[in-house]
Amino acid sequence: MLTVHDIAEAVRAAIAEAATTLRPDVARAMADAATSEPSGAGREVLSRIVENASIAARDGVPLCQDTGTVWVWVELGADECLGGGLGTAIDAAVRDAYRTGALRMSVMRDALFERVNTGDNTPAFVDVTVRPGIGATVHVMLKGGGSDNASRLAMLEPAAGVEGVVSFVVDAVSAKGSSACPPLIVGVGVGGTFDSVGKLAKKALLRPVGSPAVSPAAAELEARLLTAVNGLGIGPGGLGGRTTALAVHVLSAPCHIASLPVAVNMGCSALRSVSVELT
Amino acid sequence: MSDPVRICLPAEVSVLRTLPVGTPVLLSGPVYTARDATHVRLVADLDAGVAPLDLRDQVLFYAGPTPAAAGRPAGAVGPTTAGRMDAWTPRLLAAGVAATIGKGVRSAAVHAACVEHGAVYLATVGGIAALLATCVRSAETVAYAELGAEALVRMELDDFPVWVAIDAHGNDLYEMARAEWAAPTDPVAGGGCA
Repeated sequence: MLTVHDIAEAVRAAIAEAATTLRPDVARAMADAATSEPSGAGREVLSRIVENASIAARDGVPLCQDTGTVWVWVELGADECLGGGLGTAIDAAVRDAYRTGALRMSVMRDALFERVNTGDNTPAFVDVTVRPGIGATVHVMLKGGGSDNASRLAMLEPAAGVEGVVSFVVDAVSAKGSSACPPLIVGVGVGGTFDSVGKLAKKALLRPVGSPAVSPAAAELEARLLTAVNGLGIGPGGLGGRTTALAVHVLSAPCHIASLPVAVNMGCSALRSVSVELT
Repeated sequence: MSDPVRICLPAEVSVLRTLPVGTPVLLSGPVYTARDATHVRLVADLDAGVAPLDLRDQVLFYAGPTPAAAGRPAGAVGPTTAGRMDAWTPRLLAAGVAATIGKGVRSAAVHAACVEHGAVYLATVGGIAALLATCVRSAETVAYAELGAEALVRMELDDFPVWVAIDAHGNDLYEMARAEWAAPTDPVAGGGCA
C-alpha cells in the first residue's frame, strides 16, 4: 500500500527532473521544427532551445529561471488508504527540492493582501482524484508565470459552437502568444464548469506531443487550431515564423445545457512536467 | 539574419541607443536586473531622490535569476514578460535608462517613450536560461536583497544575445516579424462568432 511518503518522494524527484530536463516529446518536436521552420530567426531560436536543453541536462542547471509554481495532481487508486498529511508531505518535498536544486522561489504568501515571497516555493497546488484499483499516477508540473499569465478563460454561449471556440483560442494566442515563450504547446479545455475548465486545459498539457487525440473529432479540431495558430506568424521567440505552436491539445467534457466553457492554458517552450506511476 | 553587432557597456551605450530595429546584438558589460517588485521599489526611491544607483545610461534586464549553484558565477537567467513593466518604463527612460531587456510586446506608451528619450527595447529568448547563464560573468546584489528573486542585481554580461525589438524611432520587431510571416489568408475564415 502507498504512503504519503511515497507520493512526496515522487514529487521531490519529479521536481528535480522536470526543472532541468526538457520533456522528451517536446525535445523531439523542437528538433523537428528546427529543420522545418522557414524563418531564419525562427530556426536560430529553435536551435538555441535545443542547445539550452543539452546544457541544462549536462550541467544540472534549470532550463528556465522561472522554475514555477508546483502543480501536483494525484490520481489515486480507490483501494489505497493514504491516511492524513498528504499536503504537508508534498510541501516538505517542494521545500527540499527547491533548496537542494537551487531553484527559484516564486510563490507569494497572498495574491493581494500579503505579497511577500514565502521563501521556499510552498504551498504546492494539489489536486487529488480517485480512480479504480490500487496505486497512483502522480503528475507534477512546474508552471511558469509568463505562460500562465497568457492563459484565458471564457463562458461562451452554446450558439458560438466550434467556430466560437476556434476564434477564442486563436485570439488568445494572437494577443499573448509572443510573451508566453513560443513555440507553445496550447492546452484547450472545453466544457465542465467555470472552475473545472481551466484544469481541463492544464491537464491537456500533460499529453505527450505527437500522441493521438482523445477522439477523431478532437483530432480534427486540434489540426485546425494548429494551422490557424501557426498562420499568425508569431514564430519561435516571437521573432517571426511558422512555428508559433508545436501542438494544440484539446480536452472536452460534459457541461450545462446553457454553457460552453472554454479555457486556454499556454504551455511554454520549456513546458515542464513529469508523470510517475506508483504501484 | 545579419551578423550581430558587439556592444560593450558602458562605453558604447550611445551606439546601442541608435541601433535599428531587428539588429542582432551581443551585449557585454554591466546591466541591472529588475522585475515587478523591484520596479515598485525603484520608482518609489527614484521619486524620493534615494535611488540605489544613477540610472543615466544604464540597461535594465527584466529578470529574476535562480540562485547560483556552487562554483558558478550566476544561476539560470532569462527574460520575464516585459509588458508587465510598461507602467513604469516611461518614468525610468525619462530618468536616463538607455535600454531595457525582456520578452514580448510593449505598450504604445513605451514606444513613445523610446522615441522621446532615444532609448531601445531589446528582446531575448525566454526558456533558454541554462544557455544564457553561460553569457553571465558575475552577479552581485546591489539593492532590495529582501525581495529574494526580485532583488536588484548587477550582472556582468559577456556576449549576451539580444535583438533590437523597439528602436529609437519606435519601430517594432514583433510587429514586423508577424507581418512578414503571417499566413496570407485569414486562418479563421468562416468564423462568425468573434
